[in-house]
Amino acid sequence: MAALTCDLGGDRYVFDDLKDVLAKASSRKSGDELAEIAAETDAERIAARMALADLPLKTFLSETVVPYEDDEVTRLIIDSHDAEAFRPISHLTVGGLRDWLLSHEADSAALAAVSPGLTPEMAAAVSKLMRNQDLIAVAKKRRVVTAFRTTLGLEGRLGSRLQPNHPTDDLRGIAVSVLDGLLYGVGDAVIGINPATDNVPNAISLMKMLDDLRLHYDIPAQTCVLTHVTNTIEIMNRGAPVDLVFQSVAGSEAANNGFGVDLSVLKEAHQAGLSLKRGTVGQNVMYFETGQGSALSAEAHHGVDQQTMEARAYGVARAYDPMIVNTVVGFIGPEYLYDGKQIIRAGLEDHFCGKLLGLPMGVDVCYTNHAEADQDDMDSLMTLLTVAGCTFLIAVPGADDIMLNYQSLSFHDMLYLRGALGVKAAPEFEAWLERMDMVTPEGRIRELGLRDPRVARLVDQTRLVA
Amino acid sequence: MARDMANDAVPPPIDLWSSMRQATSARIGLGRSGDAMPLKAVLDFQLAHAKARDAVHAPLDFDALEEQLAPYETIRVASLAPDRPTYLRRPDLGRRLDKESAAKLDAVQHGYDIVFVLSDGLSSIGVQMHAAPMIRACMERLGDLKVAPIVIARQARVALSDDVGERLGARLAVSLIGERPGLSVAESLGVYLTYEPRVGRRDSERNCISNVHGLGGLSYDLAAEKLAWLARTALKLQLTGVKLKDDVAAIAPPEIAGEIG
Repeated sequence: MAALTCDLGGDRYVFDDLKDVLAKASSRKSGDELAEIAAETDAERIAARMALADLPLKTFLSETVVPYEDDEVTRLIIDSHDAEAFRPISHLTVGGLRDWLLSHEADSAALAAVSPGLTPEMAAAVSKLMRNQDLIAVAKKRRVVTAFRTTLGLEGRLGSRLQPNHPTDDLRGIAVSVLDGLLYGVGDAVIGINPATDNVPNAISLMKMLDDLRLHYDIPAQTCVLTHVTNTIEIMNRGAPVDLVFQSVAGSEAANNGFGVDLSVLKEAHQAGLSLKRGTVGQNVMYFETGQGSALSAEAHHGVDQQTMEARAYGVARAYDPMIVNTVVGFIGPEYLYDGKQIIRAGLEDHFCGKLLGLPMGVDVCYTNHAEADQDDMDSLMTLLTVAGCTFLIAVPGADDIMLNYQSLSFHDMLYLRGALGVKAAPEFEAWLERMDMVTPEGRIRELGLRDPRVARLVDQTRLVA
Repeated sequence: MARDMANDAVPPPIDLWSSMRQATSARIGLGRSGDAMPLKAVLDFQLAHAKARDAVHAPLDFDALEEQLAPYETIRVASLAPDRPTYLRRPDLGRRLDKESAAKLDAVQHGYDIVFVLSDGLSSIGVQMHAAPMIRACMERLGDLKVAPIVIARQARVALSDDVGERLGARLAVSLIGERPGLSVAESLGVYLTYEPRVGRRDSERNCISNVHGLGGLSYDLAAEKLAWLARTALKLQLTGVKLKDDVAAIAPPEIAGEIG
């Protein structure tokens, strides 16, 4: 591709190639500055956006940001591109795509139809031309429905992952955190543990405990122990109760190698998960986590900006029909996303790009203690994401993850979102909450005292299990 | 009254949650104000977050640290990151000595078995509280080696110990560094050992002992015991990192084999 230029009031801005203009058009991120690929001035950033707006979408099919020969993720993206789905938008520029996405003719069905024709780079590119409200408005139109024991992504629903981590994987400690979350009606997307010790026997004991809890309470939900995918394959071979198969993924072959995976092992895991046939209302069995900056931190970003690399990770995820995908948006630290403003922007970009590409996209709304962010920023982001129709959010007791040492959302936050924005849990899970008499006629989650027999029963079962 | 309670089949609420809290330090059973967290829980959380942020941003008190370390000789250095905001944004700058510090180290005597580098890292409070007693515990066990003057580094990452160790001609570099603070523990110290430190070493070429602190973490004695064993083994095998970690399980006594990353 010839260099792109933009003339602004006598100043000529020149961009070397596609990845240069993408990086410089990106909203300001400390990670792109660390990689020394960001725009050097605010004016250069807008010049890059102007140049990007005029770029034909077809360019993305002939021009790759990571070479086809060197990278299996690029090969996956190019080889699986659906030219038929692309045809209705193939005449557009990136700027034209932005306008079309916002148009009323681009309704839910139209957006779903073009998904297979969009590459991750196209999604990333158009997001760079969109304000936060544009990212929200378009994502809201793109419903992505998946199912296992619950159905996620339906209109008016907001799922939640109950994350009951414990620094020593103490079974009883985890069980009481699960109980605490269930009392707030949390857990319909998944009840998922990040193990402190990542090995097969430990993961099996955690899985058995979660599965026993699920069966004892008769909860329509899926469980997951977020261990390495090769461990989960081994665990499935040993016959332990695996619902969702987890793996972190990134946007280049080298970055995935840093996670110890490639596309073939993901395929093997997907097939193994499907063969168990444990879903009741659907068979989406994969759970992927991603996050801007992961490719750069593995020195595997190929000079591409972190948001475009993140969208490429969604290109990986969508090959395996996942039940859920989430970006762990503020976890990586301030060298990639410096403050609340950058975290909020990245969370909205990630959710938008995931949805546009057809993923059941959730977000871990979170931050670390060395980032310039606090719970007020999380309040903003979770509210914006819920308006945008986010598939699910992650919640931990009191917003404090005592194993991973970062702050996410609290169970209370999920009640706030239900109350303020009128969303509910997945229908199967909501029906269970009603069976347990935990929902008021107004749709609120009842505040149950510990003397309440409903709670006493749950507590007794917790004791039995753990 | 007493009889009523005795007849109650369900235990009183406070007892129930408190027995569950013995199993986890997670913020469970907080109660509700409408849908929101009760104010006490909100303020407790904000206090913990404030302490964690203070641990990140409070400057390391070099004078106090040197007093604690007396009579050991010390050398003060700084990384290329001039201030905290730059340090947080640019980990690459925190890994290299600034020009003045580099010249200072180049000018002193070379050739040691081991150099200790005390770095503020992400918790200056962790270093302020635990580095000096940790150094004493290490000296008791490694005092027979040729130990360099103790280097105290500002705005420093673990890999700054590569730059320091290389300039001092040390066979081993030990970085004692403030770890990323959590809400429950803001003052944890990490210990990283590198054989033949030189600029460009990868993290997989180091061994780590983490969670040295007084709130249920590793004690100075146990951490120093582990470090001493690792250091002597590294000198013998002439390596640190993944290969040494693999061997730890096979040859180290069990109290050392656990927790070494």
